[in-house]
Amino acid sequence: MAFVSDLFVNSWNWIAVQLARFLPPWAAELVMMFAGVVVLIAFLLFMVMLLTLLERKVVARIADRIGPNRVGPFGILQPLADTLKLIIKENTEPAQADHWVFRLAPAVAVTAALMPYAVIPLGRGMVGTDINVGVLYVVSISSLTVIAILMAGWGGCNKYSLLGGMRAVAQMFSFEVPLALCLASVVLLTGSLSLVSITEAQRELWLVLVQPVGFLLYLLCGIAEANRSPFDIPEAESELVAGYHTEYSGVRFAFFFMAEYINMFTVSAMATIMFLGGWRGPFVDQLPVLSVVYFLLKVHFLVFLMFWFRATFPRLRIDQLLSLSWKVLLPIALANLMLTALADKVAHRAGLSRMASAGLLLGSNLVLAGVAIATLYLVYERRRAPSLSRRYEIHWH
Amino acid sequence: MLSNYAFIGLFAIVAVIFPFAGFAVSYLVRPKRPDPVKEDVYECGLKTIGETWVQFKVQYYLYALIFVIFDVMSVFLFPWAVAYHALGLYALVEMFFFLGILAGGLIYAWRKGALRWV
Repeated sequence: MAFVSDLFVNSWNWIAVQLARFLPPWAAELVMMFAGVVVLIAFLLFMVMLLTLLERKVVARIADRIGPNRVGPFGILQPLADTLKLIIKENTEPAQADHWVFRLAPAVAVTAALMPYAVIPLGRGMVGTDINVGVLYVVSISSLTVIAILMAGWGGCNKYSLLGGMRAVAQMFSFEVPLALCLASVVLLTGSLSLVSITEAQRELWLVLVQPVGFLLYLLCGIAEANRSPFDIPEAESELVAGYHTEYSGVRFAFFFMAEYINMFTVSAMATIMFLGGWRGPFVDQLPVLSVVYFLLKVHFLVFLMFWFRATFPRLRIDQLLSLSWKVLLPIALANLMLTALADKVAHRAGLSRMASAGLLLGSNLVLAGVAIATLYLVYERRRAPSLSRRYEIHWH
Repeated sequence: MLSNYAFIGLFAIVAVIFPFAGFAVSYLVRPKRPDPVKEDVYECGLKTIGETWVQFKVQYYLYALIFVIFDVMSVFLFPWAVAYHALGLYALVEMFFFLGILAGGLIYAWRKGALRWV
């Protein structure tokens, strides 16, 4: 029973002990490290397959269709069929393309998408490695995706690709600033950059209850960072054919696709760890095997939100998108960080209990949300008013 | 500590090799029949007009400049945020000044029209 209660970690340790019996210690450690890397990447591949199927099923249901149901029972083998098809497909390449940039771009995209999982904790004791600058590492590595997309946009020698690539760059770095600010306020509250310690710090209280505004901002920016609808202008089908991956086919296209789904999973996983308590949940201390279940449930809830957004929201224009980031999200994120710092210091100085200081933080956050919504509403009203009166004048005279 | 980064290094090596392994497998099984029509640039099926790599809108560059400032800011923010509980009131006031200057810069850029998409 003790073995089963923490099944994955215990079996992992058991394998390590068995290996150490007939290998020198350094070799055993190396083999276990390598096994860890392979397990993580295999897990991600499985998740990508699952997510492609889930997305098609969910969006189909929302659009009152059935979705894939031909390959295997309920279509669960559809991702395998897709993979096979993409691998055996010919790779076309425009004659004028910048060939090496064009060919390397998908590899860069996949590498950049995989790298964050070296530090993301998927359950209790289930983390590649716990470094003390985890948040910074994930933020910096995931911004490498921009380079891959710009390479793809440039390499194809296609005007739509280039436009998509440029848009992607503008969008991704615009949303990175408020995203980093939201993460900074979480770091401020937990006092650590290690993802494992941040999860541990949410033992009593998930940070979403203290930082609801931060959570919402993070989610919006994360969706934009992952180039998901309604912020998917880099690959807007209705205007840019397929954006930066217009010229890609076969396995190269598959890698871009994979990178996009992994990024989506990364954004949800980071939101879960930073705001929703990571793998924490009821009875997780008695039965640690539950931790990975809780983690995947929370991540999939956020992923489901993203599918839902895609099915229901219209796509933004690039100017609307950049205004949203610089004129709305960035000021709110700045104000959020300053208020959080202030409220935390006040609670600290006044020597409030944990619950009281959490209440103070939540209160300041809600006040911020109220002020932000009121300001947005007033600005919107003022913009709308002249055009309305003009319409009345035309109507009456 | 060192073994932490050894793991990240190993992960990086595998993550770099993985896509190339995919390319190799696909290279072995996929057909290769190049054709002038297939090698054309796809822009809605018509022959493309003009060069692709031309001068680009200046707005992208302006946004990039503002971004650099705020990105450097976030680099300064993270160490401050980690050590926040250990620092005194002085650190709070100091960071408020810093963020205030940056917010002033943002407002200036905004009023100057650097954030307007024309």
